[in-house]
Amino acid sequence: MANKLIVSLSPHVHGGDSVQKNMYRVLIALIPALLVSLLAFGVGAAIVTITSVAACLFFEWSISKFILKRNECTIYDGSAVITGVLLAFNLPSNLPIWIIIIGALVAIGIGKMTFGGLGNNPFNPALVGRVFLLISFPVQMTSWPKVGQLTSYIDAQTGATPLAIMKEAIKTGDSSVLSKLPDSFSLFIGIPNDVTLGAGSLGEISAAALIIGLIYMLVSKVITWHIPVSILATVFVMSGLMHIANPIYASPITVLCTGGLMLGAIFMATDYVTSPMTHKGMIIYGVAIGFLTVVIRAFGAYPEGMSFAILIMNAFTPLINTYCKPKRFGEVIKK
Amino acid sequence: MKTFRIGGVHPAENKLSADKSIETLALPMQAVFPLSQHIGAPATAIVKKGDIVKVGTKIAEAGGFVSAPIFSSVSGKVNKVDTAVDASGYRKPAIYIDVEGDEWEESIDRTDTLVKECDLAPEMIIEKIKDAGVVGMGGACFPTHVKLTPPPGCKAECVIINGVECEPYLTADYRLMMEKADQVMVGVTILMKAAKVDKGYIGIENNKPEAIKILTQKASEYQGIEVVPLKTKYPQGGEKQLIDAILSRQVPAPPAIPINVGAVVQNVGTAYAVYEAVQKNKPLFERIVTVTGKSLTNPSNYLTRMGVPMSQLIDAAGGQPEDTGKVIGGGPMMGKALMNTEIPITKGSSGILLMNNKEAKRLQPQPCIRCAKCVSACCMGLEPYLLATLSANEDWERVEKEGVSSCIECGSCQFTCPSHRYLLDYIRLGKTTVGGIIRARSTKK
Amino acid sequence: MNLIFVAIISLGAIGLVAAVILYFVSKKFAVYEDPRIAKVSEVLPQANCGGCGFPGCSAFADACVKSTSLDGKFCPVGGQSVMDKVGQILGIDASVTEPKVAVVRCNGTCDNSPRVNLYDGAISCKIANATSGGETLCSYGCLGCGDCVEACQFDAIHMNPDTGLPEVDEDKCTACGACVKACPRVIIELRPKGKNNRRIFVSCVNKDKGAIANKECKVSCIACGKCVKVCPFEAITIDKNLAYIDPSKCKSCRKCVPECPNETIWEVGFPARKVLDTNEGNTKNADDITDTKKEGTPVSIDFANSDEVKADA
Repeated sequence: MANKLIVSLSPHVHGGDSVQKNMYRVLIALIPALLVSLLAFGVGAAIVTITSVAACLFFEWSISKFILKRNECTIYDGSAVITGVLLAFNLPSNLPIWIIIIGALVAIGIGKMTFGGLGNNPFNPALVGRVFLLISFPVQMTSWPKVGQLTSYIDAQTGATPLAIMKEAIKTGDSSVLSKLPDSFSLFIGIPNDVTLGAGSLGEISAAALIIGLIYMLVSKVITWHIPVSILATVFVMSGLMHIANPIYASPITVLCTGGLMLGAIFMATDYVTSPMTHKGMIIYGVAIGFLTVVIRAFGAYPEGMSFAILIMNAFTPLINTYCKPKRFGEVIKK
Repeated sequence: MKTFRIGGVHPAENKLSADKSIETLALPMQAVFPLSQHIGAPATAIVKKGDIVKVGTKIAEAGGFVSAPIFSSVSGKVNKVDTAVDASGYRKPAIYIDVEGDEWEESIDRTDTLVKECDLAPEMIIEKIKDAGVVGMGGACFPTHVKLTPPPGCKAECVIINGVECEPYLTADYRLMMEKADQVMVGVTILMKAAKVDKGYIGIENNKPEAIKILTQKASEYQGIEVVPLKTKYPQGGEKQLIDAILSRQVPAPPAIPINVGAVVQNVGTAYAVYEAVQKNKPLFERIVTVTGKSLTNPSNYLTRMGVPMSQLIDAAGGQPEDTGKVIGGGPMMGKALMNTEIPITKGSSGILLMNNKEAKRLQPQPCIRCAKCVSACCMGLEPYLLATLSANEDWERVEKEGVSSCIECGSCQFTCPSHRYLLDYIRLGKTTVGGIIRARSTKK
Repeated sequence: MNLIFVAIISLGAIGLVAAVILYFVSKKFAVYEDPRIAKVSEVLPQANCGGCGFPGCSAFADACVKSTSLDGKFCPVGGQSVMDKVGQILGIDASVTEPKVAVVRCNGTCDNSPRVNLYDGAISCKIANATSGGETLCSYGCLGCGDCVEACQFDAIHMNPDTGLPEVDEDKCTACGACVKACPRVIIELRPKGKNNRRIFVSCVNKDKGAIANKECKVSCIACGKCVKVCPFEAITIDKNLAYIDPSKCKSCRKCVPECPNETIWEVGFPARKVLDTNEGNTKNADDITDTKKEGTPVSIDFANSDEVKADA
């Protein structure tokens, strides 16, 4: 009876959700893809991933403590780890460590902390880091090791990625080049030691592994279906139409399963902070990303368009939020 | 299964006292009656120190049309007309009565016989409800006679009885439906007659299958009453959400009210109080209160007179546990945290929840991660993260445009937020400030 | 080479055309502004605090120039010196306005008003006010969340962590009124600084009846009326169980201060009292009184020569 009663406004209970829970669920969803990358690229994948995650954690901790002079340490909420893993998934497995560290510095330092930390950044930090590296180190960032070299790191043999083959077909105007691609089923499953898969970044080998992650996130209510489905559907429809019009464009299933499209649609575009807040806005966002990706892949200079498409649409998110408001109670009167 | 169409959350139900039948609580030594137990003007005291009162004697007259009289729930002598701290935490005028014996006013029918027939005209029924001081028993305490009097241009089409009790822990309405189903039904027919409608719906959440069964069976004996089972989702018990679920009609934004879509919504406890007032000449001076909590030895439902200090109910339920952190008047989602346990039971006290220390403390808020879970949870289609940020920045113009006046303060947004942000604290601030600005604007015109 | 000349000439021509257009447009659409407004604006402190009652310094300058007298217009930040300068520019006399200061009328420290609840929620006085009566038994007193501290643009008010109450720095306070508006319980009042920075006020806003107020806080005003009886200038009135000293009538004679049984009336800026006569029933000696009542001003020991003490004796 002697203890003081606590007085606060309602509600007095909480659903138990937390930032940490959501972030760690995303990490769990990334585990299948992580396993595939280790089985496909071996030591290289391990080094790249661990370096990236460690560097991201270190930079977040040190910038937060020494430059921003904050009291709380936010590295335990899991967002820096996710940025590290997603950045790693966009990199080739033979990337030197110093380049990875620069990428992490840009991703966390410029992409996230300059804006004030978690919740304030307008652009996806992992993509900011990745695009920075792509433009600063174009040679290292476009030499992709071939699948199946488990013990090599810097010395891995590089080869053509499926995306590079598709780009070649468009540039030369010769659709027979596309026969060099692995078949759609292999691309979808992405068996790690299947050398016909060619080369690629850590995260783009197996679409199936990424989809397992998507299903897990949907079931545990971390994300909703709107963004991934709208991106993939738009890409499918657009590339389908283009393929029918001119066979130098690859078939839609191939387009869906190659490159960073799956990774971007499921994990990067659905980032809470940089995506719209309403379902209507999310669909517009997803459709635009899909459209931009196909355009950049087909008509742009780079073989991969996902990163740029997402970053461009990140800039539009505040505008989408202003104009796409949720339907208010009372606006629907059905007799 | 029917449900409301926008938003909603699923808090843990914790209906600890669901199977405890109603017990009558002993009389207190002193009863305290705050004069403001309802929405609208406070009542004005008509007794003074030294007056002798009986159970059911009127001690305060209604202070206007939107107001209600207050009746003594005990017999004895008026000690003083002074101030008391009520659930809001502030001192308000109140009447103190020292209890002597248990003598009732002769006009009250104390027998248990069910009186089914009511031959009064609708206007007479409303008059009787008004004179008995009946207000909404769900917690909002809106004077019932005002709700039954539609403003000019509005016509009621049906009466909806709220048997939902969506708040976790509370079981007062459930036990009422289980044990007094006959009286509740008659009350519903009386309400239908007063509102001049021939259709009545009783909405009950499907986590109360027994109550649905009993009431469906009783409803078959009456014309025009339908029991509607509803999906268990919070806040199904909000009147706008209830109308959306049962009639598929959404009440437009304020100043529109349910009568604008033809619905009159009353709590099931109000229906019971109406039965007692009209058929038994019994004014409103007692109600069922759930006393509950995980650390409490004996969570129960009590039939208690108004004016009893809450500590007496807590003692009857096993005494205040050592680890009590908060005492909440009402349910955990919308109830008020009380400053002490001497606060008296009023017409709106539906429950007392004792929360232990572990659950009572809020976690530290973190920055908004823009996950939009609050937007999905908001049952009125608003954007809570935006309203909270704008209120904290005092941007009242934009807050008004974003529709803060529609907020029903259900708490779903803060319940869901992974960053544990104080969303509803700031939204309430915005709502009261914008409400003041709108009122000032309309009086200036 | 040709190309360079073409570039220079074409850009130069564009620049010339643009300059001519801008010249004519600026002449045609020129807005006439009284040049005195700019002169007055220059001498103002440019704090844009709104303490003068106008939205910003330029609006105040505008109002000064457009009206015929400076009565009722006072810049609390710049003070009398700035108003004199404004008067000089406009050629009219600046009225002498008494300087004011913000005064916190609550002494509900953790000792005087024990905390009986724990407030858990957003740190904002407005929200805490809506939650409940507060952490203490007194539902009128300071909530301690610091809305006033946040509102002050002059760094003149700070929370004292030991007492839980805000304290005003008299040198920095400009009496702009921001803290008064920020406090949801209207605890802060703008009162005249007084001659030699001395003033007397009732440090309580509790409107509960005396017996109840006494239980809520040790130093609350219980409306006993003793101060009213003893005031020779009828400056004290009791309304809603609370005494209030009218600053326009109060002559700072200090007769009311020792009368108050709860030590609710504060005297600020005065030198230490000599030991009081015991026939008033108040046996507190000078040190006790000065320790609890001073607000950071130094104790002057040479009280034998001060005017107020002579009047007291």
